[in-house]
Amino acid sequence: MLHKVIMAGFGGQGIMTAGKILAEAALREGRNVSWLPSYGPEMRGGTANCHVIISDDLIGNPIISEASAVMVLNQPSFDKFGNNVVSGGKLIVNSSLIAEKSPKDDIGTVYVPANDIAAEFGNKKVINMIMLGAYLKATGVVEISTIMKIVSEILGQKNPELLKLNQDAILKGAELADEALGGEAGR
Amino acid sequence: MSKELWKGNEAIAEAAVRAGCKYFFGYPITPQNEISEYMASRLPEVGGCFLQAESEVASINMVYGASGAGARVMTSSSSPGISLMQEGISYIAAAELPCVVVNIVRGGPGLGGIQPAQSDYFQACKGGGHGDYKLVVLAPNSVQEAVDLVQEAFDIADLYRTPVLVLGDGMIGQMMEPVEFYPIPKRELPEKNWAADGTRGKRPPNIINSLYLKAEECEIENLRRYEKYAAIQKSEVKCETYNLENAEVVCVAYGMTSRVVSNAIDTLEKAGINAGLIRPVSLWPFPSGIIAEVAALPGVKAFLTVEMSMGQMVEDVRLAVSGKKPVHFYGRTGGMVPEVSAVVNEVKRITGEEI
Amino acid sequence: MKTVFEKTKGLTDKELHYCPGCTHGIIHRLIAEALEELDVLDVAAGIAPVGCAVFAYDYFNCDMYEAAHGRAPAVATGIKRTTPDLVTFTYQGDGDLASIGAAEIVHAAGRGEKITTIFVNNAIYGMTGGQMAPTTLIGQKATTAPRGRDEEHTGMPLRMCEMLATIPKAVYVERVAMHDIKHIIQAKKAIKKAFQLQIEGKGFTFVEVLSTCPTNWGKTPVEALEWLERNMIPYFPIGNFRTVEEGK
Repeated sequence: MLHKVIMAGFGGQGIMTAGKILAEAALREGRNVSWLPSYGPEMRGGTANCHVIISDDLIGNPIISEASAVMVLNQPSFDKFGNNVVSGGKLIVNSSLIAEKSPKDDIGTVYVPANDIAAEFGNKKVINMIMLGAYLKATGVVEISTIMKIVSEILGQKNPELLKLNQDAILKGAELADEALGGEAGR
Repeated sequence: MSKELWKGNEAIAEAAVRAGCKYFFGYPITPQNEISEYMASRLPEVGGCFLQAESEVASINMVYGASGAGARVMTSSSSPGISLMQEGISYIAAAELPCVVVNIVRGGPGLGGIQPAQSDYFQACKGGGHGDYKLVVLAPNSVQEAVDLVQEAFDIADLYRTPVLVLGDGMIGQMMEPVEFYPIPKRELPEKNWAADGTRGKRPPNIINSLYLKAEECEIENLRRYEKYAAIQKSEVKCETYNLENAEVVCVAYGMTSRVVSNAIDTLEKAGINAGLIRPVSLWPFPSGIIAEVAALPGVKAFLTVEMSMGQMVEDVRLAVSGKKPVHFYGRTGGMVPEVSAVVNEVKRITGEEI
Repeated sequence: MKTVFEKTKGLTDKELHYCPGCTHGIIHRLIAEALEELDVLDVAAGIAPVGCAVFAYDYFNCDMYEAAHGRAPAVATGIKRTTPDLVTFTYQGDGDLASIGAAEIVHAAGRGEKITTIFVNNAIYGMTGGQMAPTTLIGQKATTAPRGRDEEHTGMPLRMCEMLATIPKAVYVERVAMHDIKHIIQAKKAIKKAFQLQIEGKGFTFVEVLSTCPTNWGKTPVEALEWLERNMIPYFPIGNFRTVEEGK
């Protein structure tokens, strides 16, 4: 298996955290993994991204140009990375902030109004988890149960309420991806 | 112990602590701040001391003092900061003090940028500071290898009484990869009976010094030190090869660039083109012998050096190949990273394939 | 026969290289005597500067370091932080400390490094041959100020004691002078006091010693001592600038 995902959005949208949780999950499932962040001043408020590669073999270049999946949380990220998805790959779009549709017809695209859903949850900080849930369902790259376990390790002891919120957000995202891809999810 | 995800910079710092480094002096600069930050939190736990210096000039001189007193000590910085340290590094090399310096290289020259680069190769391997001296330079290409090499670096430093430079780049410093902290085999190390840590009534005073106003004496010191460098060249060359069998084009790349190249080699193989890789792990001592051997192989048509610079290591490759085969160069600079497809195209250009 | 005087054990038998009339030799002896009297020679580490005292490592009978120009306080910091029981001192001239090493001395003081700095101020670069120092007086001639130091062109001499005395962690700051016996005895007391406070772990201690350079001043040793008293002391007043005994 070789899976390459770019996650991108505004600094503060939780992109780096989402990528780290994914990388940790893949490691626990016995894969090789690399997590490469953008770094520098753009991390505060500008556009941030991370490249995560999951593989059964040794990982070469950690920079992704041809992505198995791209998850974008804002318009600049859609503009920058939307075209990096390879044929048959998945594009997860935060449709609350990105009005555009992907012109690619050889990929699976999931539009998730993450900000609107987060507002319904009453906590805009879970945008990343909603998107992560959709991405996980769309790609099936790691088990959602592994992700849930990691999230509970991070939040469980300290804040059970916040844990439930995050887990619900992941499940909601997964549900939307399942609907959008109509059974194609995880392929 | 199972593998854990570690950020390169933090893993480097933890590796140093596990190697028995209890002292760290540094000054903030991107993209290596996590090393200092980690040390600031970690060293008090092991009874050590982290101190933020007023400048890189000061931090390398604090290293000089700490090492002179016999401590295992480290500093880290990124390109512009390492430039400021060159004076101190020259003194440390001359006074034969063991220490580890980490350079998480960023694009230059000048203030440059903060993205990954390999444009400090000359500075690292060809002096950097003034005078006749060498640094042992180790260049990891993964977070795991950074962990392993940092630990070994302290032993090499103590064994030969020399500063060791670990040369990474912004990518290796910032990325996370799985790491296992397994015990590195320890070398047998000489006692630090030269350390100036107080005579304590047991010996005559020790002097940590690099001043020899008589030219004859200064030359003797340099010759003696170069005998040591010859021993290092004999015993400490580290190098990896990949896919060299049947290779028509042999790529030479170090650090993170070698991973781009290995991907390119796999891509080329699928297209029926045989390319291989020589990856110097020790940049000094440079694996000239291995490169020369490979250059003599009849099947090898050409070399291609790939770097994140305008072409620095390529000069050492050319010296090693010594005109036996053409040596080509491909590089990106200023913080740009070569793309796999670009390396593939360069190899194809060399073999005369259509791109 | 009763022994009435002995050379301090704090100095080696190496012959000093200083010019006739230079006061470095006296200052060396004062430091060595203080270390001997405090019984810390075997746990002392000194750092020699770049300047006339560059060979100080050959003269002091304790562990010694030669530092890069101006960096002695940073080197001392590295020594003291790893080996806190070493009585650590830097010996620095005016070019070394007040010019190229200005950052290092200020920050060592700022951090309250538990070291002692002996700052030998003779208002000129001696070793390199009489160039202008940051403490060269207005009107004083130097090879790089051939018409005398011009205030408009190069500003005013830096008063290091006055500057460092503003730093909370600099617990002892005193200026002494070498122009007569009385003041030499006072200097010895100040140096010993600085070491004493270091040993007690109080903080950064600093003694500025007004000194002469007959060779580069173009004066006889006696004229040089008179010149020091008449010209340097009015601009660099001697005395204590700060003592914080209870500081910790």
